[in-house]
Amino acid sequence: MALEDNEYILQMKHIDMFFPGVKALKDVSFNLKKGEIISLMGENGAGKSTLVKVLTGVYHKTNGEITFDGKVIEPTTPLASQQMGISTVYQEVNLCANLSVAENIYIGREPRGAFGRIDWATMQKNASDLLFRELGIDIDVTKELNFYPVAMQQMIAIARAIDTQCKVLILDEPTSSLSDKETERLFKIMRNLKSQGISIIFISHFLEQIYTICDRITVLRDGTYIGEYDIKSLPRIELISKMMGKEVKEGEIESNVDKSVPRENVFLETEHVTVPGKVKDLSMDIKSGEVVGFAGLLGSGRSEIAETLFGTLLKSSGNIYIDGTAVSVKTPMDMMKNRIAFCPEDRKVQGIIGDLSVRENIILALQAKNGMFKHMSRHRQNKLADYYINLLRIKVSDREQLIKNLSGGNQQKVIIARWLATEPNLLILDEPTRGIDVGTKSEIEALAVSLAKEKGMAVVFISGEMGEMVRTCSRVMVIRDHEKITELNDDEISTAHIMQAIAGDYHGKSC
Amino acid sequence: MESLVKKFTQSSLALPLVALAVLLLFNAFFVDDFFKIEVMENGNLYGRPIDILYRASSLIILALGMTFVIATGGIDISVGAVVAISSATCCVMLGGDISGIPEHPFFVAILASLCVGIVAGIWNGTLVAKLKIQAMVATLILMTAGRGIAQLMTDGQIITVYYKPFAYIGGNIPGVMLPTAMIIALAMVLLVLFINKRTSIGLMIQSVGINANAARYAGIKVTAVLFAVYIFSGFCAGTAGLIEGSLIRAADANNAGLNMEMDAILAVTLGGTLMVGGRYYIGGTIIGAITIQTLTTTMYAIGVSSDRLPAVKAIVILLIIVFQSEKFKEMYRNYKLKRLDAQLGSKKEVTNA
Amino acid sequence: MRSRFLSNLVASQNFPFYVTGALFIILFGFGSVLFDGFFSLQVFLNLFIDNAPLIIVTVGITFTILSGFGGIDLSVGAVVSLSCMTLAVLMRDTTISPYVCMAIVLAIGFTVGLVNGLLITYFRLQPFIVTLGTMFLCRGLTAILSRDSVPIDNPQYSDLAFFSFEFGDYFLSLGAVIALFMVVLATLILRYTSFGRGVYAIGGNEQSAKLMGLKTDSIRVRVYIISGFCAALGGICYSWIMLSGYTLHGLGMEMDAIASSVIGGTQLMGGVGFMPGTLLGVMIQGSILTIISFQGTLSAWWTKIVVGLLLCLFIVMQALVNAHKNKLMNQIAEGSVKDSK
Repeated sequence: MALEDNEYILQMKHIDMFFPGVKALKDVSFNLKKGEIISLMGENGAGKSTLVKVLTGVYHKTNGEITFDGKVIEPTTPLASQQMGISTVYQEVNLCANLSVAENIYIGREPRGAFGRIDWATMQKNASDLLFRELGIDIDVTKELNFYPVAMQQMIAIARAIDTQCKVLILDEPTSSLSDKETERLFKIMRNLKSQGISIIFISHFLEQIYTICDRITVLRDGTYIGEYDIKSLPRIELISKMMGKEVKEGEIESNVDKSVPRENVFLETEHVTVPGKVKDLSMDIKSGEVVGFAGLLGSGRSEIAETLFGTLLKSSGNIYIDGTAVSVKTPMDMMKNRIAFCPEDRKVQGIIGDLSVRENIILALQAKNGMFKHMSRHRQNKLADYYINLLRIKVSDREQLIKNLSGGNQQKVIIARWLATEPNLLILDEPTRGIDVGTKSEIEALAVSLAKEKGMAVVFISGEMGEMVRTCSRVMVIRDHEKITELNDDEISTAHIMQAIAGDYHGKSC
Repeated sequence: MESLVKKFTQSSLALPLVALAVLLLFNAFFVDDFFKIEVMENGNLYGRPIDILYRASSLIILALGMTFVIATGGIDISVGAVVAISSATCCVMLGGDISGIPEHPFFVAILASLCVGIVAGIWNGTLVAKLKIQAMVATLILMTAGRGIAQLMTDGQIITVYYKPFAYIGGNIPGVMLPTAMIIALAMVLLVLFINKRTSIGLMIQSVGINANAARYAGIKVTAVLFAVYIFSGFCAGTAGLIEGSLIRAADANNAGLNMEMDAILAVTLGGTLMVGGRYYIGGTIIGAITIQTLTTTMYAIGVSSDRLPAVKAIVILLIIVFQSEKFKEMYRNYKLKRLDAQLGSKKEVTNA
Repeated sequence: MRSRFLSNLVASQNFPFYVTGALFIILFGFGSVLFDGFFSLQVFLNLFIDNAPLIIVTVGITFTILSGFGGIDLSVGAVVSLSCMTLAVLMRDTTISPYVCMAIVLAIGFTVGLVNGLLITYFRLQPFIVTLGTMFLCRGLTAILSRDSVPIDNPQYSDLAFFSFEFGDYFLSLGAVIALFMVVLATLILRYTSFGRGVYAIGGNEQSAKLMGLKTDSIRVRVYIISGFCAALGGICYSWIMLSGYTLHGLGMEMDAIASSVIGGTQLMGGVGFMPGTLLGVMIQGSILTIISFQGTLSAWWTKIVVGLLLCLFIVMQALVNAHKNKLMNQIAEGSVKDSK
């Protein structure tokens, strides 16, 4: 047993984490070998983030033992666990955006010059060298952190972790906002770190990525430990079964949704719509009853198109027609009155009103649409909220629960409910499944299709995961550099074709 | 009974009411005849409680306006200056003619004062909502220039108004028991409660305060909401200006409304609304305003002079906000848990034995 | 697309400072053109002499604004007043040496700052409200010491008050020199010490700063101590100008300090600000007042209106420039990311 223990850098044994009324973790184990990349998997609410918080000292475990690098540890604060050699990089990068890149890497340990003053020149040089040496990045380290996109900020956070001699690096949903290219770069860095003996805990919902980069997987479900597995000996289907706790048949997850069949009438049409710098000469149409996908690379302009259709971005030229009539768009309310609904990309910043209850978040758009004088009675609000909580299977104890306390997947469902309540003819979903577990993802996909098929709604589905769009869309518009370059229909739609189209090598039915 | 107590302690009004209750209790012990109310020969009500509510009227009105502004995450420190401008406007329109004949009809003067408040609100709203300037800085501008404007209107003089009905606003309308200011304040409160219940502006204000971006994406006209709250705050300041001017029957550009913005902000905070915006508590604000006024009245009643008053006010307020703070509640909970543990511990021993 | 130079300028962190600097030059130039005798070194130096207390107070308050969490210190004006009164009363009623009196006053400022800092940090109370409370407290204490104005006629003290550094035809008061020294000291602290960087860090993102190992609570308390100390020091300089203690001293100074800091580029939400900029902020306010006094005919209330309007103009311009800057920054950022790929 002792020899085996040596290959483990981290061992968590019999971890219990009890809160008043809730057993978040029950007898959970977690083992991490030196120089390996392990994935911590589980649905939302399975206990992944709780386990990480126990490890990093945010929560104090109720029972159990943590052994790190041969010693039993009791991390009391995040800082303490960091000093022991366990670093975490979160989705919302935990750095100070108003400070420069160099400072963010070295704050608290700045190189000193005469009189103990901070030596900026050396600090900046060290930062530059560090980034280049470890991550192959060459940027201006004197600029403020928020000058750079999230992907780069994550890299800087990782650089800081490396430089503080971490032995275990926890990456929490690192790829949610990254493009494929950026993800590739991250993986290259991870492999490099692995070769240096650093162990990595990779938490993500992207199955493909996990199978690409990880060596082993630990599965949690409902706060209990299900098991540890070698990647090579665990087929995807089995993994999903273990996560969801039920037998899932081959093909069930892949494509259990029939495609929608578009009706004949065109609901919305655009003619040479342009927004300088954001949307180039867009002419397209959307028919009722179909699910249309916008495919493209990160930053290609899909969200901008969606925002232009909704009215949060204003077009400078071109026309938008709804049911054949031209509409003037000055505010989102104009489009809402035309029965268009929009679920934005970033639910935290553009979606949820954190301190309001689930009920209030659900009725918000409908109430705004009705105007402030047609106030909905509390009774009616309750009914409406309950209806959608039921319909979308939103996990809440009580409709008065504050939305900020819900998991990401449930928050997303609330936002979708908000827009469904306005009974739109066109529902635009921008990255509705980002950062959400597999189970909820397929629920949302199925919802999109059924809305189009059964309710005759026009649905726009924007996703960075091509597989999702392949499963749900009957038509896919390919966007590159803020321009629509081509359209794919029905059988043409496949991941390969989409990627070819983005690369410019596929020409389906062009505009 | 226990559930009723629990419901009370968990409601947002609990702490403000407790603070007020403590003050009232203090008064009951240390001030003679504190609660006595009697009817005077001219038919008006008189007594310390009435006096408190009466003097608190302007503050309640200002604090109502301030509540909504703070709920959107903003602040309006110009209200004191607007009170000065508004009272100057009314006095200038009525004129200081000794014979008591007004230069303009009374109701025109009143209207003018209210309009002044609204214009001030539009100004502040433009800076905050349209130009996206931070509220504290934006309203600082009017706060700085406002008194200058008021002095400009009165030409640096104190204009005394002899027109009799003007005094009715700050005093009593002949034949009416309650002081007019109280009636106005009550009307404002009812108006606010009505608007709050019957329209969804409250929901929109809170949404803007919590996450203005998301509110916009939900279809809420954020600019309109912001304009509305600043205009309402200005309107409240205009109303308070009428009362304050009427109280001294003159326009004193230097002293009218002095520091009232601070008291208004204090009232709102004591009532539970946080300065970052979001959920607001109208009842709390009203109780907060009454508490501040009670404090002032109490201090005067036990002989504290007006220039020493700020010191006492400060200590009491600091104590109140410490007790209302989350941290204190946490400390109290931990203390209770420890006592519970100790009790259970001793119980365990008993059962083991 | 703009020229490289212009886009680098806009993107640089000190852009607001350059704008403020340019505006000050325009303002001073405006005065020079309008009035004879305006364009003189002494008029320029007088900006520091007359505004020395405000400069010191603004330095202190800037620390609190930088620290975020709604950071602000409304008690500074009251501390100035309390300082003057304490000095006056101590020198009138006791034989304590003026130097010891000044030390006592500095200790008072330190204590007020400490109280503010502890309440804000450990009870997580809102700085606006807490410092409003200590403001009332200090004003009340001032009044308790004396309701009437108390003159300072201690000869040693007057020597200090009239002490000046002369060079040729020009001179600077002791207060002005101290003020400039404080600005330099504060700038160095903010740039070269971990405490200084820590202030920016907690102003930017307190959570992250904590996770990065900074002792955020200690930093925050120290920030308020600095503000209280600076207010007391400013009070001492103020007493050198007024040679009296009075309840109305320093009335509204906190608002002047906040305005100066904001004009100088400090953002009220925290984490952004440049100390030399706040010096410019005071100088701009000072120039406005100098122009008005040169004009001579403007009454006290017109002054208030003009100051308000100019403040407005400045802030609106800043807002417009910032909005434009964000647009430019986005374009530049897109460009730089492409490069690094």
